[in-house]
Amino acid sequence: MEFAFTEEQEMIRDTAASFLAQVSDSEAVRRAMETEAGFDPELWSRICSEMYWQAIHIPEEYGGMGLGYVEVVAMMEQMGRYLLCSPFFSTVCLGANALLLAGSEEQKADWLGRICTEAATVSVAFNGGVNRWDSDAITATWRRDGDNYVLSGDYRYVIDGHTADALIVAAREVGSQGDEGISLFLLPADTSGVTRRWLPTMDQARKQAAVSLDQVTVSAASLLGEASQAWPVLEQVLDLAAIALAAEQVGGSQRLLDMTVEYTSERVQFNRTIASYQAVKHKAADMMLQVEVARSAAYYAACVAQELLDGGELAGELPEAASVAKSYCSDAYFAVAGDALQLFGGVGFTWEYDVHLYFKRAKSSQQMLGDGAWHRERLATLLLDEEGVQ
Amino acid sequence: MKLSFSPEDEQFRQEVASWLRENLGGEFEKLKYRGGPGDEHTYPEERKAWEKRLAEGGWTCVGWPVEHGGRGCSIEQQVIFFEEYARAGAPGRMGHIGEGLTGPTLIAFGTPAQQEKYLPGIVQGTEFWCQGYSEPSAGSDLANVKTKARFDEARGKWLITGQKVWTSLAHESEYCFVIARTDPESVGHRGLGFFLIKMDQPGIEVRPIVQITGTSEFNEVFFDEAECDAEDIVGAPGEGWKVAMGLLGFERGVSTLGQQMLFQNELDEIVRLAKENGAASDPVIRQRIARAHAELKIMRYNSMRMLSGQSGSDGALQKEALIYKLYWATWHRNLGELAMDVMGPECEILEDGPYELGRLQSMYLFVRSDTIYGGTNQIQRNIIAERGLGMPKEPRGAA
Ligand SMILES: Cc1cc2nc3c(=O)[nH]c(=O)nc-3n(C[C@H](O)[C@H](O)[C@H](O)COP(=O)(O)OP(=O)(O)OC[C@H]3O[C@@H](n4cnc5c(N)ncnc54)[C@H](O)[C@@H]3O)c2cc1C
Repeated sequence: MEFAFTEEQEMIRDTAASFLAQVSDSEAVRRAMETEAGFDPELWSRICSEMYWQAIHIPEEYGGMGLGYVEVVAMMEQMGRYLLCSPFFSTVCLGANALLLAGSEEQKADWLGRICTEAATVSVAFNGGVNRWDSDAITATWRRDGDNYVLSGDYRYVIDGHTADALIVAAREVGSQGDEGISLFLLPADTSGVTRRWLPTMDQARKQAAVSLDQVTVSAASLLGEASQAWPVLEQVLDLAAIALAAEQVGGSQRLLDMTVEYTSERVQFNRTIASYQAVKHKAADMMLQVEVARSAAYYAACVAQELLDGGELAGELPEAASVAKSYCSDAYFAVAGDALQLFGGVGFTWEYDVHLYFKRAKSSQQMLGDGAWHRERLATLLLDEEGVQ
Repeated sequence: MKLSFSPEDEQFRQEVASWLRENLGGEFEKLKYRGGPGDEHTYPEERKAWEKRLAEGGWTCVGWPVEHGGRGCSIEQQVIFFEEYARAGAPGRMGHIGEGLTGPTLIAFGTPAQQEKYLPGIVQGTEFWCQGYSEPSAGSDLANVKTKARFDEARGKWLITGQKVWTSLAHESEYCFVIARTDPESVGHRGLGFFLIKMDQPGIEVRPIVQITGTSEFNEVFFDEAECDAEDIVGAPGEGWKVAMGLLGFERGVSTLGQQMLFQNELDEIVRLAKENGAASDPVIRQRIARAHAELKIMRYNSMRMLSGQSGSDGALQKEALIYKLYWATWHRNLGELAMDVMGPECEILEDGPYELGRLQSMYLFVRSDTIYGGTNQIQRNIIAERGLGMPKEPRGAA
């Protein structure tokens, strides 16, 4: 048992941190978030050609670096800390994972290759605009037309959906219900019948889009995996993404804590620093507790995610580990963000200070892929409703 | 990162489990799941006999070095031992203060003579210890102890005079370690000594204190020129604080993972009950059970991080270790409330009169002390803010 980063992993993390400190400072974040695309294409191509972050856990046979999900999570933590505006999360933690778990050899060679060498971006669309993150979220449909498939329906909350080079969309067979009838299709963004619309968001540093499919007709070559069998795989993809998001939440919480300690140690009221007041210290202590506990949850989930990708013995723990991590980290980040805002006083309420950027990210990432309560209900189902468990 | 145990460790797990299966029966059957926190007053004699049985099997002091009579287990094996111990429902350890606190302290700070005199009784499960730190005027502010130690040249002994309070299991113990003032003029951390004192002597009186549970596990202990041999002071006179603080560091050892297995047993019981009485279909209860479950899982991951990590070069605790007491104590306190809310109105009805509490009821009341002893939640927050975040120290009032 060795539940700590290896030296190599620490090096990867530290390299990422120092790179991000340079390229993703407050000014850079604000510049990127004010654009509709939401990221600086030049920076993204630098990341893809100099740092190879987009290729980190993609196997070498597809042009990737062949590292693991623990490394992905270590990177996501740093990106959360510096609020990097980029298509990394949508492409690596959603798109690439869907390709890895569901794609055919040709699809993997083609699209994972493009991600690795051409800085291509791929996102996943599945939620029809409801606050659920299971198969009932999928409202778009498919039907057969000869050898072809015809897709119709709407998606919301598609991360980077308006800029991605390709979309992996989930649709259900007309008339199907629940986990049945779900299929995944890979659609290049210019596929006819696909419309994409940027949705302005409160958290401007992560972009979301609405996607509509109007009688989109594709051949079986677009199908990712087998028709109607996609839910279990998609569920894994969403769990992997939730784990990455949890790590991002850890990074954001840590940054808020650091900012808060620094600010309260400088701000003087009543002739003493506000950090010397016990009410302030105790809030900071509670923040640190939540950050450390969140970190333990995210790292463990990262190891389980790694085992899933490697076919290891803990693979079966994925849903539980993802829900444990996502529920705790989501709520911790939001609580920490709220406390930070409070401890900054009036300046925390301004556009100028960065606290609001994190406060907004805390809410958007809490809601994305299921909030704390949603994941706890998922755990409750495992624990209380199914025979044989526990 | 690697999460699994080695095949040798898994084999060790089998060994522990089968020894417990073979031995935790017969006369010891009734001890199963008894004697834990909140239940420490039950079956003291039988649990002392169980300590001897453990010792015969070589299962006391598993983490101590072999040269001191321990089993020399690796961290992984200690984790496994404590997990299996709790999983089997083996009783709360009467010897935990000696094994977990006195022993490691003597190994770190004691003389060879002290080690020879005291360690064997702990290893053999025949001598039990209690902790004499708190006093009426020294609670959170431990350095404010008033108990005095005066060296009597004529008798060649230390004479201890003063009062300790909240001393757990003092009435069941052969020995007590006590911090007392060797320099009567001193205040605060300076001028203290750390003494090893025999309980059975005329200068010591133990008076039980009835707790919130109606039972008595802790006591007031009065010292009136109680004797302590000259060689039974650990460290030099005046350096007791260093030893006392070193000892507190041992409180956060690997046994935390065994403690979590006890927590798991309690949560399992709550889950079972919720399924039986229908509380499991209440959406609010479902949220709370799921939260307790998730946070207990993370407690384990956090301990794994603690055990895998090294402390800083200055020996300072890592951040995940600094927050641990506040985290588990608060979690456990919440679990008590959850247990009662799952029971509903039945939580009021006792097993028997006049005040016979059921297991969950007793847990619910006892967990209120988890956030008080061993550094209250507020003191933990001070420590986290000061040592973990470098925020300013609390001002002290004028003496
Ligand atoms: C079940 C149980 C078993 C125990 N066993 C032992 C034992 O075996 N041996 C032993 O020596 N002791 C033992 N204790 C004593 C325990 O260590 C003390 O109760 C504890 O240190 C708190 O001290 P106190 O009770 O005097 O409370 P106080 O220190 O008076 O605290 C009262 C309240 O004030 C708050 N407070 C105090 N100082 C501060 C501050 N600086 N900032 C903010 N808030 C503050 C506390 O958090 C608490 O809420 C035991 C206690 C219990 C409940």
